[in-house]
Amino acid sequence: MPSKAATATPGRELAGSLGLTDAQLTDIYYKMLLSRTVSARMRLLQRMGKGSITYSAEGHEAAQVGTAFALRPGTDWLYTYYRDAGVAITIGMTPYDILMAFFARRDDPNSGGRNMPNHFSSKELRIVSQGAPVATQVPQATGTALASKLRGLDEVSVAYFGDGATSVGDVHESMNFAGIHDLPVIFVCEFNGYAISVAWRNQAAIENVAVRAKGYGFPGVTVDGNDVLAVYAAMKEAVERARKGDGPTFLEAKTYRIVAHSSDDDDRRYRTREEVEKWAKRDPIAAFAAKLDDIGVLEEAGRIEIEKRVDSEVEEAIERAEAAPQPDPESALDHVLVQGKDS
Amino acid sequence: MPEKTMIEAVRDAMLDEMKRDERVIVMGEDVGGGGVFRATEGLRDQFGEDRVMDTPLAEACIVGSAIGASLNGIVPIAELQFADFSHPAFDQIVSEAARLHYRSNGTWNCPITIRSPYGAGIHGGPYHSQSVEAFYAHVPGLKVICVATPYDAKGLLKSAIRDPNPVIVLEHKKAYRSIKQEVPDEDYTIPIGVAEVKREGMDISLITYGMMMHHSLKAAETVQQEDGISVEVIDLRSISPWDKACVLASVKKTGKALVVYEDNITGGFGAEVAATIAQDGFDSLDGPVTRLASPDVPISPYSGILEDYVLPNPEKIAAAIRKLAGY
Repeated sequence: MPSKAATATPGRELAGSLGLTDAQLTDIYYKMLLSRTVSARMRLLQRMGKGSITYSAEGHEAAQVGTAFALRPGTDWLYTYYRDAGVAITIGMTPYDILMAFFARRDDPNSGGRNMPNHFSSKELRIVSQGAPVATQVPQATGTALASKLRGLDEVSVAYFGDGATSVGDVHESMNFAGIHDLPVIFVCEFNGYAISVAWRNQAAIENVAVRAKGYGFPGVTVDGNDVLAVYAAMKEAVERARKGDGPTFLEAKTYRIVAHSSDDDDRRYRTREEVEKWAKRDPIAAFAAKLDDIGVLEEAGRIEIEKRVDSEVEEAIERAEAAPQPDPESALDHVLVQGKDS
Repeated sequence: MPEKTMIEAVRDAMLDEMKRDERVIVMGEDVGGGGVFRATEGLRDQFGEDRVMDTPLAEACIVGSAIGASLNGIVPIAELQFADFSHPAFDQIVSEAARLHYRSNGTWNCPITIRSPYGAGIHGGPYHSQSVEAFYAHVPGLKVICVATPYDAKGLLKSAIRDPNPVIVLEHKKAYRSIKQEVPDEDYTIPIGVAEVKREGMDISLITYGMMMHHSLKAAETVQQEDGISVEVIDLRSISPWDKACVLASVKKTGKALVVYEDNITGGFGAEVAATIAQDGFDSLDGPVTRLASPDVPISPYSGILEDYVLPNPEKIAAAIRKLAGY
């Protein structure tokens, strides 16, 4: 069958040079779409009164899936933040795991309904439970990387955060410490230009926050955060560097959240519709779909098949999670402290 | 048995635990060279820079990276040089270390120890003298210890290091060298949450901790000699969890309770002790549950004259005992 793949294109070459198979490229597309669909469905469910709040990953899929796809699930350590559904999914969380947190059910693997939705946690996947203060996860990722180095393990730790977090002292302290000891930690900034409503011009006097890395003695890289293969390429290099013992990298993925900060936020207060529209045209999923089509990895029939699969997976997860048991009220008192001597 | 200062006992505890468990590391400002109070003296020579790690002057990073390391097979002892400077790490301690276990529904836990010198009486001024224990005792998910004797320091610090929870060990800095005591060389631990009756008595229960315990023992001796008042002195040692059973049993015996603490009176940890006695020991009481603490001024002024005026001392404690004994 004559395929578009017969014609070498830049996309094919890049995918090839990255060592990604067609199956992996298709998997990346699937994960981006799954993240998008879970986020969009949770927003609708919240509007229906089925949950108190959601934080959407819509728009960040290339930045999230592209970085997480370069990691080894269950070996490398992830410190995510509330927008990282795409990261969690790429590492191995299911829509059900995420929806169980949305519905705050007893068997929610993230927190048993204790934390807000999208505060991901899985010990098996080494996604460390997250708090809500912005940037507190960053020194922790640095400490986990320190432990890997002290123990001679080739694990990598990744701290994910948005551009808002780059104003917090914890990020400075962590990057400084990581630079001193060449720690195997990667600082991934999902730069979407807003700390809720505060535009980047009121957060910092520089255009690319990645330039700060130089001041800590390691490379800072700015990539198009809506181009999943460019993100993957940059992350792959950062991971290799960390694994070799060459130290940290600051990776800034320039992207945009195409919906409001949270279900409680109205972004019309601070973003023009023209601006949102402009970025929606640069949708990372549509762009990747076009690229895959272009290089003949995934054409319309294949995309429709994936869309159907994603929709049915998410619908099934919603149904199961909503029907799952509520927590026992008295369990609110459990797990304040570890009981007994051993952890 | 050798007599040791509290700083030597603290060092012994870390030395023992680092020998016993190779996962144990020490990290903090100046710890490599022995620390400003010399608590870590000699440890770097023995265990190397990786296990006795000098950090930048950045408390949030010290505690935050200790948390992260503890999730990956390391047992960190983070030293915060003065408890007054724990505030930059407050978010990491309160929002992160204390909540990790709860917010993950018991999945993750954070076995870190935070050591920090606290307390006044050394002309430290308002930023090297604070009592911070009430902040942390207020937070579920943390254990908080206040030690002021060499024996307790060694036994409780060892328990803290071995505990699977985040534990804050506040060492009263005035007691570091002013108090000497026989400390066994052998391994021993003191359970967290168990008070000690330091002096038995029949007329008044005096509940205290930290340096105030030493002042209270002096005051108890004075009023025994001069007034024939028999005071039972209880050293809480751990303030979260704290030994309610020991305190209530004593109050049941004496019928009177005096709570002495160095912190500002309003919202200090002694206020919690007093409230508990008032509620759960009401049937035993024949006098007002009384607090003696520092007035509500930033603790503590640098001038010795001003500092003496602010802090409770044996004379003020003796006066409070006499007043309470009058009921």
